[in-house]
Amino acid sequence: MTHLPAHQATPAADTQGTTLARTPPHDLHAHLADRLGEAARGWLDQALDEAAAHPGAHGPISVWELRLAEAGRRCGPEHADAARILILHAARADTDALTRVYAQGTAAERRAVLHALPHLVPGPQALPLVEDALRTNDTRLLAAAVGPYAARHLDAHHWRHAVLKCLFTGVPVTEVADLERRAHADRELARMLGDYAAERTAAGRPVPEDLHRVLTLTDPTATPPAPAADHGPNGAEGPHGKES
Amino acid sequence: MRIFDPHIHMTSRTTDDYQAMHAAGVRAVVEPAFWLGQPRTSPASFLDYFDSLLGWEPFRAAQYGIAHHCTLALNPKEANDPRCLPVLDELPRYLVKDQVVAVGEIGYDSMTPAEDTALAAQLQLAADHQLPALVHTPHRDKLAGLRRTLDVVRESALPTDRVLVDHLNETTVKEAKDSGCWLGFSVYPDTKMDEERMVAILRTYGPEQVLVNSAADWGRSDPLKTRKVGDLMLAEGFGEDDVDRVLWRNPVAFYGLSGRLDLDIAATEATHEGNSILRGGA
Ligand SMILES: [Zn+2]
Repeated sequence: MTHLPAHQATPAADTQGTTLARTPPHDLHAHLADRLGEAARGWLDQALDEAAAHPGAHGPISVWELRLAEAGRRCGPEHADAARILILHAARADTDALTRVYAQGTAAERRAVLHALPHLVPGPQALPLVEDALRTNDTRLLAAAVGPYAARHLDAHHWRHAVLKCLFTGVPVTEVADLERRAHADRELARMLGDYAAERTAAGRPVPEDLHRVLTLTDPTATPPAPAADHGPNGAEGPHGKES
Repeated sequence: MRIFDPHIHMTSRTTDDYQAMHAAGVRAVVEPAFWLGQPRTSPASFLDYFDSLLGWEPFRAAQYGIAHHCTLALNPKEANDPRCLPVLDELPRYLVKDQVVAVGEIGYDSMTPAEDTALAAQLQLAADHQLPALVHTPHRDKLAGLRRTLDVVRESALPTDRVLVDHLNETTVKEAKDSGCWLGFSVYPDTKMDEERMVAILRTYGPEQVLVNSAADWGRSDPLKTRKVGDLMLAEGFGEDDVDRVLWRNPVAFYGLSGRLDLDIAATEATHEGNSILRGGA
């Protein structure tokens, strides 16, 4: 007999998705240090020291990139994203380094790079990574791609398609950073949502609940949302600031 | 019955297979890197394939409640094409990844000098990365192939108890067992073992260090063969503990040698609500 449920689904960590992308690395480190066992904490501290002392590319694979690869088995899968973000931050990974790590990474490493973008890249240079993730059908990557970095830099066309893709693949729109602000009075997005709803209805299929939620946000007569809380690499909410 | 298929090429299988496997009790698989039927001509196509075994395929598996790990290597057949050899230089950066639980499939296909070199080099890579090795034994000239394989393993830095020799049968099982290696049997229609012969071998040689796999791939094969072996074992008088040992605990013990086996199924919240596999490639 097995005790594994068929579709075990709940992420074990309480630092997920947009929270990871919004939490300043210093707070993320404190949050993680409270939750890791002694061996994992020691490993992480050493990995961060190494990354800080030897950033950049060295030989076929830098030590910090090696640590990035093994973070899952060292810290446990539920803490791997946070550990990897901290290593990338300690190594002061720039767009070139992030692009290399993303290209050579597993899905989990790619997700960590996407979460790290708002902490490490002030401008739009890393958008190709977001666009790559948005082309996949892997919901873990899609959810990580629609974080604060995309909210800040993705152009309107790509952003609308990203929202639609979330609806299409079942990524909850609560993962879309700054959704209220960007959707507000977006008539083109409203048209796309309406067409998608019509297509679903014509096919006799249910319209996703989230679609109505986003459609409401596009209404120009709705109260405009307050300015976003997150304004750049260093302005962010606390570690427990997950919306919804 | 909980089942771990220690050798199956899910890249070549459909979501119907994943569903049927889950219904049959399969909760974990290892997908060894292998030959895709159409020969590759450049390292780049290996790298995309490795990325898929570390990205998309575990995601698909998780949606059906199945933990997915992989073994990576340059397979023996393609080790003969000099255009593919540079993939050996790329392997080290892949062998450090979390979901890689062995180096494999390595071994012999036609027993050429190029295969000798690739096998020895990759056994060393396994030792260097504290990984066990999954060694395929050839389909033609099998006993000679097994002996040559064991010679190379004994000359390598990897102890035999960190090596799984696969695709064994009646002619090769005894020497493989005497070597101290783990013993893999592929239950595969027409060309490899069948359920009855498998149960007979278990009766003669015992369940110790025996792993049974479907080796299902793009050929005529059956991803439920592991379950069929378990059912026949029970029908033929083996106890549930023996079945669990062969179909679950032995593969967990062997791949667990990597220190990287994670049997919590990493499905996301998003996939619970609705999943992108069900909606195809749009
Ligand atoms: Zn195979």
